[in-house]
Amino acid sequence: MAGGATSGGNAVTDTYKEARNWLLLPAWVTLSFLVLAPVLLMLVYSFLTKEFRGGVIWEFSLAAYDQFFFDRGLFGDDPAQIEWTYIAIFWRSIWQAGAATLLSLAIGFPTAYFIATRPEKQRVIWVFLITIPYWVNLLIRTVSMRFLLRDEGPLNSFFMATGLVDGPVHMINTNFAVQVGLFYSYLPFMVLPIYAAVERYNFTLSEAAADLYANKWITLRHIVLPAVKPGVIAGCILVFVPSLGSFLAPDLLGGAKNFMIGSLIEEQFKGNAGNWPFGAAASMILLTMVLIILVIYARAQARSDKEAG
Amino acid sequence: MSLENPNAIEVREAVKRYGNFTALKTISLSIKDNEFFTLLGPSGCGKTTLLRMIAGFEDVSEGAIFLYGEEIEGLPPHKRPVNTVFQNYALFPHKTVLDNVAFGLQMRGNSKADSRKKAGEMLELVQLSQFANRKPSQLSGGQQQRVALARALAPQPKVLLLDEPLSALDLKLRKAMQLELKHLQRETGITFIFVTHDQEEALTMSDRIAVMSSGELQQLGDAREIYESPRNMFVADFIGETNLLDVSVDRIESGQAVCHLDGGHALTCPAIEDVTAGLNVHLSVRPERLILTTGPDTDTGMKATVRENIFVGTDITTLVDLADGPQITVRTSNSARGNERIFEPGSPVFVNMEHGAARLLVD
Repeated sequence: MAGGATSGGNAVTDTYKEARNWLLLPAWVTLSFLVLAPVLLMLVYSFLTKEFRGGVIWEFSLAAYDQFFFDRGLFGDDPAQIEWTYIAIFWRSIWQAGAATLLSLAIGFPTAYFIATRPEKQRVIWVFLITIPYWVNLLIRTVSMRFLLRDEGPLNSFFMATGLVDGPVHMINTNFAVQVGLFYSYLPFMVLPIYAAVERYNFTLSEAAADLYANKWITLRHIVLPAVKPGVIAGCILVFVPSLGSFLAPDLLGGAKNFMIGSLIEEQFKGNAGNWPFGAAASMILLTMVLIILVIYARAQARSDKEAG
Repeated sequence: MSLENPNAIEVREAVKRYGNFTALKTISLSIKDNEFFTLLGPSGCGKTTLLRMIAGFEDVSEGAIFLYGEEIEGLPPHKRPVNTVFQNYALFPHKTVLDNVAFGLQMRGNSKADSRKKAGEMLELVQLSQFANRKPSQLSGGQQQRVALARALAPQPKVLLLDEPLSALDLKLRKAMQLELKHLQRETGITFIFVTHDQEEALTMSDRIAVMSSGELQQLGDAREIYESPRNMFVADFIGETNLLDVSVDRIESGQAVCHLDGGHALTCPAIEDVTAGLNVHLSVRPERLILTTGPDTDTGMKATVRENIFVGTDITTLVDLADGPQITVRTSNSARGNERIFEPGSPVFVNMEHGAARLLVD
């Protein structure tokens, strides 16, 4: 951009610009077909009228959004009141995803740090080991987790056999089970970016901190963490966003009471009972929320960078 | 070692092993209070390992290290009252220059305001006050170096460790920093332990120098001793430039060894221990202690032919071939007097040694 602005009419610059446009084409095509088109499709569908057996009637309607936010009684003619059901599901999803993210961070950070501080040849093996469970399909892993957590499952058998508890600890169909499921599904997304950041970290800085009378905890908090912050943030986003829209773990481990947005959206497109415009509207609201969270974060980050600089 | 005035650092038979590899072979040395002490040697000689053992980054495999009479082995780095200036400075990139310098003060329990105030004074000392609020990456190499120095000096350590701190600077800046460091050491009265592979740097700055190679202490002494009385071949060769000639000892006479070169030329120089008649030893003589003349000046004059003159600014280096002997190097100062002793290549000359310039060395 900078080069082109000063010598706009230059033949060499024009050729360069043209070449650059062609080189960017694959990226534009990919983005258009795989990101822009689906989102636009969803946006359009969310403003259409539902057909009872799934699908849509091509007629503009705000019914989907209306259904999400307002309650107009059984026959739709009562005065509009705020509908809390779906907002509550959203709220639960956010804190479930948040809790799963914190759990992943608590386990993922030490894991990543451990791997990054191994001798160079060992690191590849550790990273490889981390990814092994992910060769198995997510559905199968989540179902297995269900068996593990059951009242009569191996975990409870172990607890009772060791005399830790008298009766089984009820874990299945609780928020806890959902968080464990989400944590297990997305842990590598936390570990890998943090690992990459810690691996690049200059450990002489830790030595310098220790040399200047900082203990290990202070060194970690004031020297290591600020340096690897980008990796930590990337990890948190990569775990939080898919957790928010996840439906496998809440469906299989959370039971009917612990419904999340992902399950709500999934239901609208499953079989004949669905409501496509409503599902599309819920997806749009989810997308908007994630965007808002990311923008707020980016703003805060820019501000703290400015203050620090 | 008396209890009232113990050494700043006392290394007692310290050994460092990494698996089967011995990095440091039984080193013992004492570093005095207020001393500018240098560990000098080629890379891999163990000098940095020894420094890191004093800082606490490496443990001692055998032996012990004392800091002002107290054993420090087992204390983690953050509990040792020594600070380090790292080779690549290791400044905290996300902190400002001022906060970098204040860090150690704060960790020692000073309040934030107090630490910053003292850090500001340290920055004044190294003339960087105007950069206090910059990030380290916005400074030049020389400025970063001074920040690292200020940061390590701010908590007033009992001993300051410097790990090749000048190696990343260009020659002119390095020379200026050498003097600045020397003055800073005198002003603060803190014991400095300086690690370098640059013998000129070591000679310029140090009160005493420990020359090391392959994990062993080769010689310990002040600059003049190390330069003029090298104890062995390694020290003679490593410190400065020298001519090493193979000689045979004919006899020892009242403290003087009479020997001859392979070519037959007889020489006399101070005898040392372990040298007896009939032994083949080496003779070391510095190029600047040799004088070229047209006729034999003294009885030590050796016949030679000038091969080449190399102009190096302050000096002229002349390569001469000894008659029936090896090539040796003569250095003459680039002065009116010195220039009278420069001869065209091919000229027959005599090489004369200054009195007491030659030194015998055993392998």
